[in-house]
Amino acid sequence: MTLLSLICVVLLADLFVDNEHRVMTFWMSIAALAITAWTLFATAPVGRVVVFDGSYVSDSLSQVLKITAVGFVAVAFLYARDYLRANNLHKGEYYILGLFGLLGMMIMISANSLLTMYMGLETLALSLYALVAIDRNNATSAESAMKYFVLGAIASGSLLYGISWIYGVTGTLKFDEIAMAISANPGLNSLPLWFGLAFVVVGVSFKFGAVPFHMWLPDVYQGARTPVTLYLASAPKLAALALTIRILVDGLGGLHDVWADMVMVVAVLSLLVGNVIAIAQTNIKRMLGYSTIAHVGFILLGIFCGTEKGYAAALFYTLTYIVAVAGAFGLVILLSRRGYEAENISDFKGLNARSPWFALMMLFIMFSLTGVPPFIGFFGKLNVIDAVLSSGYPGLAVLMVLASVVGAFYYLRVIWYMYFEPNEDQAVLQASVDMRLVLSLNGVAVLALGIVPGWLWALCTQIALSIQ
Amino acid sequence: MDFSQQLLSLLIWLPIAGGILLLIIGDDNDVESQRSVTMRIVALSMSVLTFIVSIALYKWFDNAATGMQFTERFSWIPALNVYYYLGVDGLSAPLILLTTFLTPLVVIAGWDSIKDRPAQYFAAFLILEGLMIGVFCALDGLLFYVFWEAMLVPMFLIIGVWGGERRIYATLKFFLYTFLGSVLMLVSFVYLYGLTGSFDLFGFMNVPLGMTAQKLIFIAFLLAFAVKVPMWPVHTWLPDAHVEAPTGGSVILAAILLKMGGYGFVRLSLPIVPDGSEYFSGLVIALSLIAIVYIAFVALMQKDMKKLIAYSSIAHMGFVTLGFFLLWSVGPGTGAGLGMTGGMVQMVSHGLISGALFLCVGVLYDRVHSRQIADYGGVANTMPKFAAFMVLFAMANAGLPGTSGFVGELMVIIASFKANFWFAFLAATTLILAAAYTLWMVKRVIYGEVANDNVAALEDLNQREFIVLAVLAIAVLLIGLWPAPLVDMMNVTIEQLIQQVGQSKL
Repeated sequence: MTLLSLICVVLLADLFVDNEHRVMTFWMSIAALAITAWTLFATAPVGRVVVFDGSYVSDSLSQVLKITAVGFVAVAFLYARDYLRANNLHKGEYYILGLFGLLGMMIMISANSLLTMYMGLETLALSLYALVAIDRNNATSAESAMKYFVLGAIASGSLLYGISWIYGVTGTLKFDEIAMAISANPGLNSLPLWFGLAFVVVGVSFKFGAVPFHMWLPDVYQGARTPVTLYLASAPKLAALALTIRILVDGLGGLHDVWADMVMVVAVLSLLVGNVIAIAQTNIKRMLGYSTIAHVGFILLGIFCGTEKGYAAALFYTLTYIVAVAGAFGLVILLSRRGYEAENISDFKGLNARSPWFALMMLFIMFSLTGVPPFIGFFGKLNVIDAVLSSGYPGLAVLMVLASVVGAFYYLRVIWYMYFEPNEDQAVLQASVDMRLVLSLNGVAVLALGIVPGWLWALCTQIALSIQ
Repeated sequence: MDFSQQLLSLLIWLPIAGGILLLIIGDDNDVESQRSVTMRIVALSMSVLTFIVSIALYKWFDNAATGMQFTERFSWIPALNVYYYLGVDGLSAPLILLTTFLTPLVVIAGWDSIKDRPAQYFAAFLILEGLMIGVFCALDGLLFYVFWEAMLVPMFLIIGVWGGERRIYATLKFFLYTFLGSVLMLVSFVYLYGLTGSFDLFGFMNVPLGMTAQKLIFIAFLLAFAVKVPMWPVHTWLPDAHVEAPTGGSVILAAILLKMGGYGFVRLSLPIVPDGSEYFSGLVIALSLIAIVYIAFVALMQKDMKKLIAYSSIAHMGFVTLGFFLLWSVGPGTGAGLGMTGGMVQMVSHGLISGALFLCVGVLYDRVHSRQIADYGGVANTMPKFAAFMVLFAMANAGLPGTSGFVGELMVIIASFKANFWFAFLAATTLILAAAYTLWMVKRVIYGEVANDNVAALEDLNQREFIVLAVLAIAVLLIGLWPAPLVDMMNVTIEQLIQQVGQSKL
């Protein structure tokens, strides 16, 4: 509510700000985000609170995810600002759409009803479609926006179809009531419900970018302008996780045996496809897109386990993954400047000679994504392996680690280019002080979290307990 | 000043802090500048300081104590029941001393020869030193794994940035190969964590395990350690990595990183899965003997000096794994202990000798920029002091009595004789083969007529190089003539280990 009203304020104010002072919109958006975060802290619920006639829930999961989403949208805005200014894209719409997207995410995260969830999903999706297309003069952006829109519409349609079947069978839209209906009447757990469930899984997998519904992801990551990719790659993953947990666990938790296999197949395929195809990429945004698919495989394997440990692991992995990926795209933006898009992996060549500090930050992030200790990515993988092993799937655990080794190559390649290749690009890195500072903190956080990961894991386990 | 309780933490974090300090001091292009000089002095001081602290470790180490010494245990990740748990015993203390002894020598060796980004070079070595000591001290499985994998990061950079022509291929191969081996160890640790509820290595050692579980866990550990040691047939990363690494990198790789594999076998495989180890001991012995004999023949045919020494390393590490796994083939008596002690002594000795040999090749490479044997000949004529050192280390490599190489090999051969005549026969062929490949190389490089203009123009060792080689020569001779201090450190721990391994877990 606060966010919505603040968005309207920013939107109106932006009309009166001309291009010269567009940065005012940026600061207003940041202020809006700060106020939203403060409101979230101030209204933190004790336990689980359901409001708005059962369509909106506020619990520890929603608090953590929302606060993280607000934080990373702010980070995305900060990283984006200078890039947008340099490339004549600095319109208020970026921030407005970003804030609307955040609104959609927050609705999704707190949804207690299938309809609320869908509403949040569409708000987010429409904002994202527009954001991807924000550069009107860029053919690739337009193409990827079209692909995203069409495929997204199909996936949303599929999700809605599944939702309608679930409503038809259980007679209610609210997650807690669905769960009660299924446990009260085991006869409901039969083909009609499974039919709806299958379509819901399709919709969820699309949102995550999991195989075989991943085709949009590399194209959209590559085609969108880098600040949009940054936004798209970070915070919406939190919303996708919330989507999965609310529908599949809160609502249809009783059907775990039915959807577990579906999720496992999707997860394993994502792991394999993501890691293998990323090796062949030369465009770093596309490479990070395929790597996202691989990481989604890990997250889904956590969900697949169906245990508290599994959900906690999936949550922990998502949270820590976003820190790394925001930094990675932030560094891609750092290397870009007016008229030059640092899109190719080869643009990283010789970064250690240009800027040893930021090369080190990228090194931290790349090793974290590979899963090498002492960076936080390792602990994310560790927890998922633990969850999978304790659920009795040693084969999956071995597959996960082998996939990580395959995946190590393309992360190492970035480090190879930065450190082992001579510097080809003599241009000095252009970035303002606040971006450098936050980017540095982002990189160091990847190491720091890895040295003290306990508090975050304890938080995730606590949240997972409340989900059950 | 009694800081014995924090001694191990000091040993780990002091070099790491030194490395970070060096990164802060940073590089500039002028070798003479204040900053460059300061940086080098800081690097040397930190590594020497760490060595001095490790002397304290040696002095305060109680040879007769059973169990772990200098233990530190703090809760690190309570949510996962992971502790920051450090401790040393007779197996880890000598290896820590080896590490702290060699790092200052590597710093001195790289003093002038590293022109590009030297601050990052020295920082990488110092951080690597801290992490390696961490592996040797860690008593919590996750802490062990964190240090184990984290080590790959600086080594990857060292080979890739400052290495030779095919360095990128070599370093990627090194990283991916060792990473692949290690991740299966991670899965085993997580499985054992699920059984015991914590990552404590002693918990792992005490938990009963069925035979299938033991076999699978042993295979997982075997893959991790066999790649590190390296054992035939997963040794192919080593020649490339050693050849392409800068001199200091090769020294640390050969001297210490390889020992981690051996250390892993005695610290983890043998006590945690004793029945699995027994079941597969024949396999390990076979692979060790293949390494000793076959790889020696491969070494004989090498034209590149560094590659020859690399293959020689693989062959010598064969003695280590052979010594460790003779336990069950040997009858009652002191045979098993002898084999283990021999393996441990071989680890320390090989560290010193191959380190020294790589430094010698580095001396030649710095001057002529070639590692090919064919490009040399008659070096003794122009570099007599160097020739003396190189011949000494070559003899030590061949296992000449009086040098440290002989002690370990003799112990292992005697132990294998007690097990099976043929084991000893094959192992003893090393006495001929190692002499063959090393001495033939030395003959072609050092002796004879001056082969070409490059050799004619050679200058003998400068003061820095002389100090480094002299120190190593003293160490090699000391252990060769008087191995008792080293062996006494290990005795109690090895006896305990043998007792522990002898008890079946089924």
